[in-house]
Amino acid sequence: MNNNKPIKHAGRPGGPMSLTIPAEKPKDFKKTLKKLADYCRVYIPAIIVSLVLATAGTVLQIIGPNQMKKLTDEITAALNPLLDFKINMDAVTKIAILLVFFYGGAVILNFIQQFIMATITQRISKNLRTEISRKINRLPFKYFDKVSFGDALSRVTNDVDTIGQTLNQSIGMIVTSFTMFCGALIMMFYNSRILAFSAIASSLLGFILMMLIMKKSQKHFTRQQEELGLINGHIEEIYSGHNIVKAYNGGEAARKTFGEINEKLYRSGWKSQFISGLMMPVMHFTGNLGFVVVCVVGAALAVNGAISFGVIVAFMLYVQLFTQPLSQFAQAAQNLQRTAAAGERVFEFLSEDELEDESKKEKLLENVKGAVEFRNVRFGYNQERTIIHNFSAKAEAGQKIAVVGPTGAGKTTIVNLLMRFYELDEGEILLDGVPLGEAKREEVHEQFCMVLQDTWLFEGTIRENIVYSKENVTEEEVVGACKAAGLHRFIKTLPDGYDTVLSDKSSLSAGQRQLLTIARAMVRNAPLLILDEATSSVDTRTEILIQEAMDKLMKGRTSFVIAHRLSTIKNADLILVMKDGDIIESGRHGELLLQNGFYAELYNSQFESVS
Amino acid sequence: MLKLLKRLTPSGRLLALVILGFTLTQVWLDLRLIEYMKEITLLVQTAGSPQRDIWLAGGLMLLCALGSITAAIIICLFASRISSSFAKELRSGLFNKVGAFSMEEINRFSTASLITRSTNDITQVQMFLVMGFQLVTRSPIMAAWAITKIAGKGIEWSMVTAGAVLILIIMVLVILVFVVPKFKMMQILTDNLTLIAREHLSGLRVIRAYNAEDYQDAKFEKANTELTNVHLFTSRAMSVMMPMITFIMSGLSLAIYWVGAYLINAADIPERLDIFSDMVVFSSYATRIIMSFLLLVMVFFLLPRASVSAKRINEVLETKPCIIGGNITESDPDKKGEIVFNNVSFKYPDAADYVLQDISFTAKRGETIALIGSTGSGKSTLINLIPRFFDSTQGDITISGINIKHFTLEALNSKIGYVPQKAVMFSGTVSSNIAYGDNGRNAYTEGDIKNAARISEALEFTENMDGGFNAEIAQGGTNISGGQKQRLAIARAICRKPEIYIFDDSFSALDYKTDRVLRSALKKETSDVTCLIVAQRIGTVMDADQIIVLDEGRIAGAGTHRELLQTCGIYREIAASQLSEEELSR
Repeated sequence: MNNNKPIKHAGRPGGPMSLTIPAEKPKDFKKTLKKLADYCRVYIPAIIVSLVLATAGTVLQIIGPNQMKKLTDEITAALNPLLDFKINMDAVTKIAILLVFFYGGAVILNFIQQFIMATITQRISKNLRTEISRKINRLPFKYFDKVSFGDALSRVTNDVDTIGQTLNQSIGMIVTSFTMFCGALIMMFYNSRILAFSAIASSLLGFILMMLIMKKSQKHFTRQQEELGLINGHIEEIYSGHNIVKAYNGGEAARKTFGEINEKLYRSGWKSQFISGLMMPVMHFTGNLGFVVVCVVGAALAVNGAISFGVIVAFMLYVQLFTQPLSQFAQAAQNLQRTAAAGERVFEFLSEDELEDESKKEKLLENVKGAVEFRNVRFGYNQERTIIHNFSAKAEAGQKIAVVGPTGAGKTTIVNLLMRFYELDEGEILLDGVPLGEAKREEVHEQFCMVLQDTWLFEGTIRENIVYSKENVTEEEVVGACKAAGLHRFIKTLPDGYDTVLSDKSSLSAGQRQLLTIARAMVRNAPLLILDEATSSVDTRTEILIQEAMDKLMKGRTSFVIAHRLSTIKNADLILVMKDGDIIESGRHGELLLQNGFYAELYNSQFESVS
Repeated sequence: MLKLLKRLTPSGRLLALVILGFTLTQVWLDLRLIEYMKEITLLVQTAGSPQRDIWLAGGLMLLCALGSITAAIIICLFASRISSSFAKELRSGLFNKVGAFSMEEINRFSTASLITRSTNDITQVQMFLVMGFQLVTRSPIMAAWAITKIAGKGIEWSMVTAGAVLILIIMVLVILVFVVPKFKMMQILTDNLTLIAREHLSGLRVIRAYNAEDYQDAKFEKANTELTNVHLFTSRAMSVMMPMITFIMSGLSLAIYWVGAYLINAADIPERLDIFSDMVVFSSYATRIIMSFLLLVMVFFLLPRASVSAKRINEVLETKPCIIGGNITESDPDKKGEIVFNNVSFKYPDAADYVLQDISFTAKRGETIALIGSTGSGKSTLINLIPRFFDSTQGDITISGINIKHFTLEALNSKIGYVPQKAVMFSGTVSSNIAYGDNGRNAYTEGDIKNAARISEALEFTENMDGGFNAEIAQGGTNISGGQKQRLAIARAICRKPEIYIFDDSFSALDYKTDRVLRSALKKETSDVTCLIVAQRIGTVMDADQIIVLDEGRIAGAGTHRELLQTCGIYREIAASQLSEEELSR
């Protein structure tokens, strides 16, 4: 049902580790962000509202320290031992209550902002996932010749996840950081120019240190990632080939290689970890430094009476507000870069060429009998190499057409063309006289039942797997198909019968899986049938069972049988012999043997004994 | 997690102690820094204080800050060294352990899971350790120490601070209780979504053939909505966190000053200044305490994931391989290549039924023995007993006159050339793949390699490859076809010059013609090697010296093709399904 290859999940950013992971760089940052913005168009009003809220919330936070200054000044007024002043408690209470409102307002505004952004981001992620899934349906098979499934899969999961996680943080963070930065700057200069310069200088020093570290750690980090990739590759290789490594005494050599890579990884690993780990101490130091500078310079000024003590208190807070955005900027920029890189891959996928739109085509195929004609067919998987040259053949309704040839001869090509998975380069295939290219693809598909070598079942009940996408299937039809396929008794022995869920754990044999797909084809009940090496993965005794079921299925249908076991197709009405992608001979069994060509050689080779 | 940490080397433990020492230093310096603030406050508020004193205090503060960052850098250095070397040791420990596993243990864990354990899980643990060394020790120390600094300086302030910490803890607990389970659910739902998407991609042909696109979309949409809802819940819930933390921090400063105003007002004039400076310092300490708690909370968010990884690593490390070699390396030269099965039975551990029962047969030197039977009849299991991928439950197997359990594993393997059903290719070159491993004798020569390729029908395509025998083979052999891989795998066995060949359905990826030519060459060139073949095709087994028909784990018949056609019903059935009447009688 699926292979168990572990899918790498992108580490969740947000923790302190996110600082240390250099972001993947998108090819065209601006273009992708523009696309993303375009994609989020519906949400733009909401985003603007949220940004306005964020700004308002931040402004409230910035005004805070200034009120703290006033509060402190009220208190210090009572400190002079020469004058017996009482603190003006009314003023203190007034300021404090005002501050409670400020801070409270900031919480609410920031929360609403984050709530909106979180909602929008998740909605966007959901839409993206849906669109990718839909897109898969509209992509031609040609696309998957060059791109692996894993690649497409990681766009649905990892890339969209990354967008979901980073977009949320980056946009809000950039706006609040910017506001905070500017606001703190203004307020600091408003309060004391000298102190402001000192505070900025100390923060910048820390910021420059951080930048240096980030730059240096990138290099080591990339190296570590490379070596991690190497070692993981080696582990995967040796583990998957475990029986061979053991049987060939290859363990010692594997251990040696492993040890070497492991040692290298250790060396680059601790360096990268050390340098990136410095980030936190440096941030901490920047905070401390700011504190010290504000205290000392502030005190020096205060002693001269240039500023009040309240200003120092306010600056202790402002320095925090000012350094915070600096590190957040760096993080947000990285996040945004990561968003763009992931977004780029997603949009690239979404903008791939699609199958031709056929919604305007009229219905052409009705009550199909099943006569098939290949007329001057020419085809190649790519432009450079034509593999089928000018092929013509004709089959009456209800006949059996066999496709044979050695491994890798391209027998599946015939299926691909019949089902219009690929389009012909020249010529046409006619079904009851109607060229397939002129009918809708869905219509063409409706005419075929298909049983493939690769038994595709999905996680769901047995009934769901058999009925599949067909509507209005009665219970009798399902049971009937299973009886005909010789599965009914087996299914009845299962604890949940037809409602047994097929999952990774359910142990159906290869033969039973194949029989299930045959039952599925029976329920579909289409006039034509394709059997693509349907018995090659099962043993001969099971094959007999499957063969019986298939014979029932073939009755009254024009069938295309692809087989490498020649004994099963000797009675075919038409045999197509393929080699290196091309159809090199065609005819009945007897005729082909008389030709004494490739088919005859293939046929005879299975009986010659080894001498 | 703790169990895993016991594996720290003594030097690692020593380093961990050193880290603790530096952490104490760092915390002390950080707190000392704040104390100078009190002096400065007093200086500022006392009219006529000399500037020099302020600069002096400032210089000391700066020294503290520098000392603190120095300590932090040292901690960071040691933490990254310990965790990296710990990861290195764990990684090689796991790798060697898995190397010693038999197929039984491999199957128990599954290869995919072992790979994840050796890669991702170790990275998780390592990441956590780096964080842990810096935060787990520092935060509680900082919090505790800071609390002792402020304790007794004003019960009212302490109450306010305690209240703030309490609010923080309650908030985190609420999040832990409501959100963390959703994180787990999110993982499951993500896996589910991936499963559906993967199904979609792997079944693309079937889906299109059945026009089931809408069906598949609906299924995806359902999983997508479920996942999105959980995502919405968690990210909305988490959006309370940051604003609340900011609120608690600023609120606490405000509260301390507000309360301070009352305290100062109530105090006598001479004491006021002292209270004021205490207040300024107190608010700094309080901020540190809250920050420490926050960082500690972060560790708690990281811990569950890392401890799951640690548990998974431990499981592997604690598993003992059940197959261990003996000590014999030499065998009886007269019985070279002879295989004897003596009443061998096998069942998987914990399984109720036997897979193989009472199997006895003898293969003499140079003979070809073929095994045939339906899927699940035990053919592959039988031959897997010979290289000791599994050990028989009852009965003995001897090779060259000696029980296979008495050979060292290396000696046993050197006698065998095993080719599995699915050819395994390693990244490297054609040459390195054929000359893979070690047969206990001299290294393979170029001639050996070329000869092996010639016999296995691999010479022609190899020479046509870019670079010939030095042509690159990608990991898993993804750049060559299935038939080519199979032929290289056979060449690998031939190159080994073993006493016994074991072919586990190794010819099915080849077309009839190549199959026949290859086996003819093999028979001609290595006639003194005993050969065990598992096959599906009658054509492949027809001319074996002895054919053993397996049915449900028992021998249902043994003999030559002709004999079996007469005596064995099951064999006749198999033959009849593949050959026509005339061919049967040929």
